[in-house]
Amino acid sequence: MAVEPVTSLSGRMPDQAPESLRRPVSAQAAETAVRLEAVRKVFGETEAVAGIDLEIADGEFFSMLGPSGSGKTTTLRMIAGFERPTSGRILLHGRDVTGVPPFDRDVNTVFQDYALFPHMNVSENVGYGLMVRRVDRAERDRRVTEALRMVRLAGFGRRKPSQLSGGQRQRVALARALVNRPRVLLLDEPLGALDLKLREEMQIELKVIQQQVGITFIYVTHDQEEALTMSDRLAVFSEGRIEQVGSPADVYERPTTPFVAGFVGTSNLLRGDVARAVIGSEGTFTVRPEKIRMTDPDTAAGDDELFAMGEIRDVIYLGSDTRYVVALDAGGELVVTQQNLETSSMEVLEARGRAVRLAWKRRHVLALEGGPSAGEEEARRNP
Amino acid sequence: MERSPAARLLLRLTTAAILLFIYLPIVLIVVYAFNTNRVPTWPPAGFTLEWFGRAAQSSEIRASLSLSIQAAIGATLVALVLGTLAAFAVHRFSFFGRETVSFLVILPIALPGIVTGIALATAFKTIGVQFGLLTIVVAHATFCVVTVYNNAIARLRRTSRSLEEASMDLGADTWQTLRHVTFPSLRTALLAGGLLAFALSFDEIIVTLLVAGPQQTLPIWIFNNYLRPNQAPVVNVVALLAIALSVIPVYLASRISSEAAGVPR
Ligand SMILES: Nc1ncnc2c1ncn2[C@@H]1O[C@H](COP(=O)(O)OP(=O)(O)O)[C@@H](O)[C@H]1O
Ligand SMILES: [Mg+2]
Repeated sequence: MAVEPVTSLSGRMPDQAPESLRRPVSAQAAETAVRLEAVRKVFGETEAVAGIDLEIADGEFFSMLGPSGSGKTTTLRMIAGFERPTSGRILLHGRDVTGVPPFDRDVNTVFQDYALFPHMNVSENVGYGLMVRRVDRAERDRRVTEALRMVRLAGFGRRKPSQLSGGQRQRVALARALVNRPRVLLLDEPLGALDLKLREEMQIELKVIQQQVGITFIYVTHDQEEALTMSDRLAVFSEGRIEQVGSPADVYERPTTPFVAGFVGTSNLLRGDVARAVIGSEGTFTVRPEKIRMTDPDTAAGDDELFAMGEIRDVIYLGSDTRYVVALDAGGELVVTQQNLETSSMEVLEARGRAVRLAWKRRHVLALEGGPSAGEEEARRNP
Repeated sequence: MERSPAARLLLRLTTAAILLFIYLPIVLIVVYAFNTNRVPTWPPAGFTLEWFGRAAQSSEIRASLSLSIQAAIGATLVALVLGTLAAFAVHRFSFFGRETVSFLVILPIALPGIVTGIALATAFKTIGVQFGLLTIVVAHATFCVVTVYNNAIARLRRTSRSLEEASMDLGADTWQTLRHVTFPSLRTALLAGGLLAFALSFDEIIVTLLVAGPQQTLPIWIFNNYLRPNQAPVVNVVALLAIALSVIPVYLASRISSEAAGVPR
């Protein structure tokens, strides 16, 4: 039995997806794959999903991002058919599947704990969906081999799941789902159990596989970086509701609520007296840390710039960047990130306590809808 | 933990004394089964296999051995079916009084055998069932169910719910999921539970005495014969057989259980 050697990252990228795993490109490119209409789910006293509407296009890499307990998994399980919505409708490619059991839905799931069958070997695991659907033996073997090759586990077919590493199990789970050519693939924090390095590799790999097979991916994660780098679009969840839906750039650059501003990136909120003093108007505003220029207190600001004076309270050296926490004279604080163009770690760390002037372009100030920010909500929940 | 040499010695001696206390009488029976002397005397007078021959020739012993094995197999099969069903019901469905049912299934093993025996005997008489193999099987099944149920429910609780969900997700209906995923993951638990049930049934005597009627299981035969002086060595041989037939299943069951526990899911 040939065991594939582990080579460099680029050498380990999946081959072209085999023909049998690719979905035919649909005639209407922007057909709706999944549609949720006012979907609610209540468990006893808990309202896990508090009424969401969502449309996911065919072939899209769509992420559900949100803190733990925000209802992402429950939403995914309703799409898979494991939970029945308390109210609302779920449509898959135009068909109402609200009461349809999981085995009659053209959807497959990659579980967070992989859920590989321990008494079956890798081939049997991957071929399970074909076996229960009575695909004949020869066809099954061919497709299993292809699927294993795509996740770079050719030659691992005879192993038991207990003889595989975490990353390999993850790939088997992926192959087991993809081999059925589902129209929609659901992934619940599929990389959660992997270490950082493997995680980053798998992120790239998943994205490549998704583009090759052209299947709609719905990807649940609590990691904002993962959601931003991988998705075509994403939905930000909080307390069973969707706060915002949009492209990564939309959500990052133009958060519409304080929660999104806080959860995606660093919040940098200006509100109340501070907003009045710095921005000159009432409301809640945010500025992204990387949009702020930090200079000597006596440097003049540009015409289209707003500014605030403050003192560096904290310095976090991040290698390529440094993050400064600046206490504003007007009250409150802002986080500023600056590239380490010429500065060294020594110089950077000496900056603590220095008086500085912060300046940013007017157009980088975003007005947010009212309400508490993610940070405050966190504090309220775990005092 | 560091212990002083004296403490360590004391601990070893105590352990040895306890093991000796438990196993010496059993060793004695084994030795006497090979003793040429008809009455148990120490030291053994000589080595012989005569008593084994006598035991093998006794039609009474053969009949009681056969009855014991039939009863144990019957009780084990009934226990496997009922224990598995009960475990599924309690694990899968939440119904009113679920905890109570779970408790009631386990209770027979704690009830005094004499009480169970009298109750069952009375019940059998009331409905007019002939005492014999059938009544023994039913009576034994009441407590054999416990070992199967306990093993099965422990395994069901340990098996991830997402395995069944994964199966359904991949297109298997409820029946296919049961057949290809749930049942196979239960197999070793049922084997272990069944072996324990067999051993439990094989050496039971109190309940059996009350529901066996004129029939003699192996333990009843021993009980009826061990006081007869001229039978003593043959009784020892039969006891040896009884030990083997209950220890081997228990040993196998514990091997199976520890192997199943050692395999990472
Ligand atoms: N089966 C269940 N029974 C009761 N409460 C549940 C169940 N599943 C989820 N919940 C609750 O619903 C809320 C949302 O959970 P979940 O969808 O798992 O969130 P997430 O995946 O975003 O972490 C949580 O408060 C959780 O405790
Ligand atoms: Mg979750």
